[in-house]
Amino acid sequence: MKLKVLAAGLLVSLPVLGATTACAQNINGAGATFPNPIYSRWFTEYSQQHPDVKINYQPIGSGGGIKQATDGTVDFGASDIVMTPEQISGAKVKVVAIPTVLGAVVPVYNLPGVSAELKFSQDALAGIYLGKITKWNDPYIAKENPGVNLPDKPILVVHRSDGSGTTFIFTDYLSKISPEWNSKGLKGGSIAWPVGIGGKGNEGVAAMVRQAPYTIGYVELIYAEQNHIQFGVVRNHDGKFVKASTEGVTAAAAADAKSIPADYRVSITDAPGPASYPISSFTWLLIPSPAKDQAKGKAIKDFLYWMLDHGEGEAAGMTYAPLPKAVADRVRQTIAALQ
Amino acid sequence: MDWERENNFCMTANDAVNTPNTIPRQTTPSNFVSAAPAAPETPETGPSPIRQFLSKRGSGKLADGTFSAVMLLCACSIFAIVIFIAVILVLRSKLSLVQFGFKFFTGSSWDPVSGDFGALPFIVGTLETSLLALLMAVPLALGVAIFLTELCPRALRSPISFLTELLAAIPSVVYGLWAVFVLVPLMRDTLGPFLVKYLGWTKLFDGPNFGVGLLSASIILAIMILPIISSLTRDIMLAVPSNQREAMLALGATRWEMIRTGVLRNARIGIVGAVILGLGRALGETMAVTMVIGNSPTISKSLFAPGYTLASVIANEFAEASGSLYTSALIEIGLALFLVTIVVNGVARLLVWAVTRGAPGRVA
Repeated sequence: MKLKVLAAGLLVSLPVLGATTACAQNINGAGATFPNPIYSRWFTEYSQQHPDVKINYQPIGSGGGIKQATDGTVDFGASDIVMTPEQISGAKVKVVAIPTVLGAVVPVYNLPGVSAELKFSQDALAGIYLGKITKWNDPYIAKENPGVNLPDKPILVVHRSDGSGTTFIFTDYLSKISPEWNSKGLKGGSIAWPVGIGGKGNEGVAAMVRQAPYTIGYVELIYAEQNHIQFGVVRNHDGKFVKASTEGVTAAAAADAKSIPADYRVSITDAPGPASYPISSFTWLLIPSPAKDQAKGKAIKDFLYWMLDHGEGEAAGMTYAPLPKAVADRVRQTIAALQ
Repeated sequence: MDWERENNFCMTANDAVNTPNTIPRQTTPSNFVSAAPAAPETPETGPSPIRQFLSKRGSGKLADGTFSAVMLLCACSIFAIVIFIAVILVLRSKLSLVQFGFKFFTGSSWDPVSGDFGALPFIVGTLETSLLALLMAVPLALGVAIFLTELCPRALRSPISFLTELLAAIPSVVYGLWAVFVLVPLMRDTLGPFLVKYLGWTKLFDGPNFGVGLLSASIILAIMILPIISSLTRDIMLAVPSNQREAMLALGATRWEMIRTGVLRNARIGIVGAVILGLGRALGETMAVTMVIGNSPTISKSLFAPGYTLASVIANEFAEASGSLYTSALIEIGLALFLVTIVVNGVARLLVWAVTRGAPGRVA
C-alpha cells in the first residue's frame, strides 16, 4: 500500500523534476587537495539546496585533477597549478579554467628564544632555499630584524617531499624574486631542491618545523592558521612587509586583475601594491567546454553561478580569500560563455 | 582410564585409514583388537564411521584429479601474478626505459622540472636502510626467539609472544607517527650526540644531526621487522625435535652449546628464510620510512644525512606527477624496486646455499 503511494508520488513528481532540470544529476570531480575543505562544504550545501544535483569530489591532487579532467574521466577537475601549454595541446577534452578562491603560502620557522615575528626579505628567503644563507644570524636576515637576538645556528630547511600546488606557488614566487633561482629553472610541483629535507604534506612540514629547533619551512596559510603555527612576514613587490591574510591575498589578486588573461592562466605571486601578500595564488576548477553531456554541463554552470553568488561569501570564514570583485565579474562572463 | 582407551582407539582407527588399500577393508586386523584389550564390549559396534564413509563414497579418481588440477592452478597463479606485474611495469615505463636506458639505474639526479631522472640515490637509500635495519633487528630477534623457546618461564611465554605478534600488527603509519614524535627528538637530542661522541671516529656520524635521516629510518625499520623475524624464528626453533636438545645435554653440553649446536644449527635454513621475509618488508616499507628519512635524493656517507627510498619516492610524487616522462620514470622506479627485491632475495638464497650445502651438524 505504502509502496503504491510512493510510486504514484514518484510518477507525479518525475515530470515536474524533468521540467526544471533534465533529471537527477550525479557529477564527479577530482583534483587539488588545497581547496578541498571549502569545495566539500560548497558541494554539500549545494546538494542540500538542489536535491536533484549531487556533486562528488575526490581530492587526489592537482596533477591528477588536470589529467583526469583532460582525459574526460571526470566531469570536472580542479588544480592549483596552471596547465602547461603541452597539457593544453595534448588534452583529449578541452577544459576552461575557472578561478574559485585564492590561497597563500607562508614561511613557518622554529627559533627557540625568539618570540618576535621574523621579517623575511626576498633575498633572505631565496638565499635560505638556495642553500646560500646557512646561519640564522646571517646579515641578510639580521638586516630586516633589528633588535631580534638571532642565534648563531645552522638553518635546517624543510620542503614538501610530495608533489604539490603549495610547492608550485612557493617556487613560482622564488623564481620571480630571485634571478639565480629562475636561472636554475626550479619551478614546479616537485623540484630538485638545492638543500633541505622533505616532509610529506603540510602536516609533515609543520611537524618537522614544530619539533626541530632552527628549522624553516613553508605551508599553506589555512594550515598555519588552523593549527596556530607562527609564521613570518614577507616583503612584497612594493617593499612593504606584509603578514599573510585573506585581505592581503585578495589585494594581490585585485592588483593583478587587469593583467589577468582571458584563460586565467596567471600567476599572482609577487604582485604589486602596498597591501598585496606576495606568495598567493588562485585555485581553479577545470570545466570541460563544450560539455560532453549538455544536461551535466548545465548543472555545472548553475553550480558555478551559485558559487559566485553564495559560495564566495563563505570563503573568508574558512580562511580562503574570495575573488576580488573585478575578477568575479569577469568569471561570470566566462561561465556564461561555457558551452 | 576411559580417556586413554578412547584415545588408543582413535589412533588405531587412523592408522587403519593410513594403511595402503591392499589390506581388505572388511576384515578386522588383529592388531586392532589387541590395541584395545581392556574394552571387550566396544568392538562389536561394526566398522568405524571413517571406514564407513570411505567405503560408501566409491572411487576417488575424479575427485583426486580435480583436486590436483585446482591446486596446480593455485600454484600457477603465483607465476601469473609475478609475470603480469613485471610486464605492466615494463610496458608503462617504456618511455623512460627508452630515454635513459641503463643510465637510469646509475644516474643520480632527480629533476622533474627538466625531466632528468636517475634512480641511484633511491636504490642506495633503500639498500642502506634495509641492511642497517637487518643488522639491528636480526640479533635482537634471535635473542627474543631463543629466550622464548629455551629459557622463558612458562608464565612469561604467552605475554611475550602475544606482544611480539601485536607489534607485527601495528599499521606502518602508526610507526611513522611514533617515529616523528618520539624517535626523531630522541635521535636529535640524546642518541645522536652519544653516537658522535663514542663512534664519531668511524666518520659515519659526520655532519649536522637533525633527527631525521638514514639512521632514524633504519631504526624504525628494524623495529618493524623485529616481530616478523622473531615470531617466525621462534616457530622454527620450536619445530626442532626435543631429542636433539636432550642428546646435546646428555653429552654434557652447556645450555648455550645445546642451543647453538642442537637448535640454531638445525633451524638455520628456516631462520634465514625468516630474515629474508623481514628484509622483504624492509625493502618495500613506504609510509613509516618517508616520515623520517628526510626525503632528499642524495647519496652521503653520514648516517645522519637525509636519504630517500624507492618506495617513498613513488608514494610521494606519483599522485602529482605531471607529464608522461615523469610518470613513466616513477613506474620505472617501481620496476627498480622489483628488481632490487629479486636480486637481494637471489643473493641471500645463494649465500645460504653456499654456506649450508651438505654441511652436517657440527660444532661451528
